[in-house]
Amino acid sequence: MSVIKSVTCPICGCLCDDIELTVENNEVTKVKNGCAVCESKFIGYRSEHRIKTPLIRKDGKLVPVSMKEAIHKAAEILANANYPVLYGWSSTSCEAQRLGVELAEEVGGVMDNTAVVCHGPSILGEQEAGIPTGTLGQNRHRADLIIYWGCDPWSAHPRHLERYTSFAEGRFEKSEWQSYLKKLKAQAGQKKVESTTRRLSAGVQIPRPQACSLGGMPPSLSKRGRKLIVIDVRKTMSAEMADFFIQVEPNKDYELVQALRALVQDQELDVDKVAGIPIETLRELADALVNCELGVIFFGMGLTQSTGKFRNIEVAISLVRDLNMRTKFLILPMRGHFNVTGANTVTAWQSGYPYGVDFSMGYPRYNPGETTCMEILLREENDATLVIAADPAANFPKKAVQNMVKHPLIVIDPHMNATAILGDVVIPSAFVGIEVEGSAYRMDHVPLPLKKVVEPPEGIISDLEILTKILEEVKAIKAQKTETNQPPAEAKPKAKTETKKKPKSVKKTKKKKEAA
Amino acid sequence: MAEQKLKVTLLTGRTIEQGVGKERGKSSEDYFDACSMCYMDAGDMQKLGIKNGTNIKVTTKSGSVVLRAVKYRRASTPGLIYIPYGPWANAVCSDETTSIGMPTFKGTPAEVEPAPDEPVLKLEELLKAEFGR
Repeated sequence: MSVIKSVTCPICGCLCDDIELTVENNEVTKVKNGCAVCESKFIGYRSEHRIKTPLIRKDGKLVPVSMKEAIHKAAEILANANYPVLYGWSSTSCEAQRLGVELAEEVGGVMDNTAVVCHGPSILGEQEAGIPTGTLGQNRHRADLIIYWGCDPWSAHPRHLERYTSFAEGRFEKSEWQSYLKKLKAQAGQKKVESTTRRLSAGVQIPRPQACSLGGMPPSLSKRGRKLIVIDVRKTMSAEMADFFIQVEPNKDYELVQALRALVQDQELDVDKVAGIPIETLRELADALVNCELGVIFFGMGLTQSTGKFRNIEVAISLVRDLNMRTKFLILPMRGHFNVTGANTVTAWQSGYPYGVDFSMGYPRYNPGETTCMEILLREENDATLVIAADPAANFPKKAVQNMVKHPLIVIDPHMNATAILGDVVIPSAFVGIEVEGSAYRMDHVPLPLKKVVEPPEGIISDLEILTKILEEVKAIKAQKTETNQPPAEAKPKAKTETKKKPKSVKKTKKKKEAA
Repeated sequence: MAEQKLKVTLLTGRTIEQGVGKERGKSSEDYFDACSMCYMDAGDMQKLGIKNGTNIKVTTKSGSVVLRAVKYRRASTPGLIYIPYGPWANAVCSDETTSIGMPTFKGTPAEVEPAPDEPVLKLEELLKAEFGR
């Protein structure tokens, strides 16, 4: 039995690096410090849902084959495809992602990662407005006003509050954990008093004294120490923990941010309510924003997936910019997968663009809405798909998946997920951060190493090794094709074969564009 | 008199149970329980004449799916339903991307009706029904 300390948890963008694992007989038996999801992963990695051998679909059924056969089949599909989509990448290491870009370039495909369905709009917003941001360490030690907008850290990033914001013990800002516990106790006490009074008064209503407020502000916003504000369309667990919760009407975040921008700039608004919230409340909120020492807005899918999408982010960044004229303010996206930030970073330093990069013309092209995987699938332009370290069948709208399964589908994943069930070639891989090491980027762009704590099952190799082998095979198949296609006497230019390879689909899009 | 159909706004998103389920395995019972359900407002459930755990049918422009209705206990959210991310949510969420790559996973108009006699499909059954595999 051995205890491994400071393990980085490979699940969400928090990348908590204080996990302690107990390993017995090459199996993780105990998880310390982790959240519920962390424990589920470190215990569940060896569950019955693990893919044990490579599989290929024959006569409509997935049958076990050798690793060599599966890799050859995958390489064949990719080498023969005109416009393959290589999607996923967010739950694997930066090293595998780098190789993915090389593979995409080699096969003239589209390299896209899961940011397209989570913080893609945030990246577009950042490209429009820039981003005044900092690391999570800054927030932990200095932030005295924390806002979660359109996100529920308690569900999606369970230790975010505890490690980086309100409940973290910072150097200059203290943890609010004790005061939260006191609040809970007070609420429980109040409930008891209420029920006793109800019982004793036998139905007679006794008026309760109202909580007094200081200077017009609600008591929770005028308190000392760190303040936590949650803005969401429904009351979540995180909202219950907050000092102040603002319930916005669905799809009205854009209006709300713009109203706040006006109030922060001391302008008057001629309406009583914005997005279902009284102007008085918004004025108090604006005061709280302006009067903090260092504020930070964390935003999630509530902004990126509802009406407005990247425009919501753009105005949120503009609000932060306005606030920086009066005080200090930061803004950070709550990234989901543990290495989706890495997928954007690696793709950007390799090709110049963060996601949705199209290599079909022989050079990287990026035009969200055209070269992003979702539209390619919806327009049915792809003729093969490689999915690695993601599960689009569980997370894409039905129509996109229906079009995806019309063409050959290669899946590389440790678990038999929904996409693997639909796949034509399924290659099992080892878990990054448990069975193989690598590096990953935290949500604030801090790179961290992932540890190997146990050996992978026999015959199972890492994403990196699988991709290396596929790339080698693809190169070999293409070299063979070039040889057979051209008589040796005219050993003419590569360029000719390249122009020949130009995908029909791209031409089609071009024509469509011209028509439009 | 209970209403037959209710017009609502559909939200999809994460829940901690969905997170635990997805790490356990997509074919696991945990994942099925966490994702094949739909949070509803208690008042809306009363309007439809359904109880906690009754099956409902959610219909949007993109399709329809049968789910288990669960009362949302934290607050009153009339006119809102919430389905955790997963294949069940994606059977009904909108594929409108407004040309920026992102489908509208939140804020889609939907209709809810009671479907006590229709079963909630398991992951494999749902994939078979939708994609034929």
